[in-house]
Amino acid sequence: MSIEIRREACIGCGQCADVCPGSLILIGPEGHAVIPRPERCWGCASCVKECPALAIEFFLGEDMGGKGGRMTVRRDNSLLRWDIVKPDGSLKTITIDSRDPNGY
Amino acid sequence: MKLKEEPILTDFLIVGGGTAGCYAALAFCERCDKSVLIAEKANIKRSGCLAAGVNALNAYIMPGGTPQGYVDYARGDAEGIVRGDLLLTMSERLNRVTRKIEGLGLTILKNPDGSYAARGKRNLKINGENIKPILAEAISKEPRITVLNRVCVFEYIVRDNRIYGVYAVSIDKPILYVISAKAVLCATGGAAGLYKPNNPGFSRHKMWYPPFNTGAGYAMGIRAGAEMTTLEMRFIALRCKDTIAPTGTLAQGVGAKQVNSLGEVYEQKYGLTTSGRLHGTVSENLEGRGPCCLRTAGISPRQDEDLQKAYLNMAPSQTLRWIESGNTPSMQNVEIEGTEPYITGGHTASGYWVNTNRETTVRGLFAAGDAAGGCPQKYVTGAFAEGEIAAQGALKYMDDGTPLAASGGGVKTLLESRLDGTGSADETDRLEEEMQLVMDEHAGGISRHYRYSGESLKTADEKIRILADRADLLKAGNMRELVYIFELMERLILCRALIAHLAARHETRWRGFTENTDYPDTNDVFLKYINSRFVDGEFQILFRDLVAEGEAYEH
Repeated sequence: MSIEIRREACIGCGQCADVCPGSLILIGPEGHAVIPRPERCWGCASCVKECPALAIEFFLGEDMGGKGGRMTVRRDNSLLRWDIVKPDGSLKTITIDSRDPNGY
Repeated sequence: MKLKEEPILTDFLIVGGGTAGCYAALAFCERCDKSVLIAEKANIKRSGCLAAGVNALNAYIMPGGTPQGYVDYARGDAEGIVRGDLLLTMSERLNRVTRKIEGLGLTILKNPDGSYAARGKRNLKINGENIKPILAEAISKEPRITVLNRVCVFEYIVRDNRIYGVYAVSIDKPILYVISAKAVLCATGGAAGLYKPNNPGFSRHKMWYPPFNTGAGYAMGIRAGAEMTTLEMRFIALRCKDTIAPTGTLAQGVGAKQVNSLGEVYEQKYGLTTSGRLHGTVSENLEGRGPCCLRTAGISPRQDEDLQKAYLNMAPSQTLRWIESGNTPSMQNVEIEGTEPYITGGHTASGYWVNTNRETTVRGLFAAGDAAGGCPQKYVTGAFAEGEIAAQGALKYMDDGTPLAASGGGVKTLLESRLDGTGSADETDRLEEEMQLVMDEHAGGISRHYRYSGESLKTADEKIRILADRADLLKAGNMRELVYIFELMERLILCRALIAHLAARHETRWRGFTENTDYPDTNDVFLKYINSRFVDGEFQILFRDLVAEGEAYEH
């Protein structure tokens, strides 16, 4: 369970570093976000939701049975669009409106 | 490294901007024009146990129900070890705080007539993904609340059993804050990371409770001589295997039953209390009928899709697991397991021993939420209610003549000697791992099926003391590493307190949460609170009589 920050996509805005509840993300000397100790990540996905550049990917560690899927989030007003790239490369998007209560 | 000392003055200091702390700040400002300071280790927008969101409000009084009914439910679940006064005063506010958070922007499912739609007997359906941003935004609109993000409070300033403020450090810059306050609320949350976790490797922090909640509030209280209660009522969550995602949504949402490998529904056999559901799962596994699952196979495609959304709103790892494996809940039952034990007063009765106004035994120091004991089954709305009660208590207590806290001279020197630049976070991590192994093996962790004995606890205590001595010598190269050392030391003293509590309860009351092999049965001689105080480096145990609702308890 952790995140990977894609350096080439990061715009260095620092919003991920601000919200991480473990303060695990830093802005490195070259102006990009880095997570020096990814094993400390709780997996709350706060940074993934915050990132305007879709540079942060959420994945499950192999030690907990992760199979290589990657998840990013696009925010569009009250909508959260969760893009999940499956291990075979296919994409599934789940859109949730924060104005809609959960079915369960 | 030299530290710069910065004094700060406020009326009401709230340590921890999570669920209880944020709500307490808002409640305080509704009632007076004094100043509030929230000192938060991370950022209140996404800090604490609600960082990822929450799937339901689990404490609400439905039409036809009463606050007393909620008290009765919580007392039954905790097998009698609750404070009636605390539960009732909390329950009376549950519905009001629910309306308030809805007013701030939380989406709650309603019936066509405008009433809230129920999920089970006490639960409301919501969209709680954004509950922390909602609270943070409300706080940003209140000019009298100052938020100090990325500041770690590590010590109370107490003289003659009265609090005057706290010492804190920036997690980024070499700054020691000396914060003076007329009253202080401890809303730091509970403790994770005491025991070896389910996934001890790379995913070690994929746990139920936030790994960043280190028991700081309990530890500071213990060191300041505050009385603690019922730490032995550990909370062990029943979770989806590997992802450690919640199971209540499956059980309550789609009515999934707990089944063993033979397909038998076993939950009735062990009782439907929170601890009973865990105990049943451990027992079925031990008797060779594992793995245990929640029976979701066969649910409708619509239910399957709704579950995937619901988990994205609180535990996104579970949805990712379903989708990347191709085995969604309608296709395959969801395997469940118990987590490592946590200490958290929002679910069990562990925490500070408080009076009915939520004041601890240290004058001027209040506690709410996971930090406060005696009042289990709080969940989110109960933490709000307690934050409000504590804020009112603090306001009543405040004396404008309170002198300022003394300067941080001695503390500054100590910290500077620790910040000599020679240490590394790796050493702190190693000691933390050793601590978790000791607790797992000798104080009833996962690998021991939560079992311990007087003898094993003695071993645990000896080993934890040695680790605490080693932690005392740790050095830090920067502020972040210093905070990691604080966190380790907080966990170590809390482990000692927990061991003392476990050893004092000569019975097994909450099967699953406690498994005392010397005393495997319940013994009603122990229908008492087990409390402790740290005096001259040792824990003194006190047995206190039960407090009923309707009484106002004073220290």
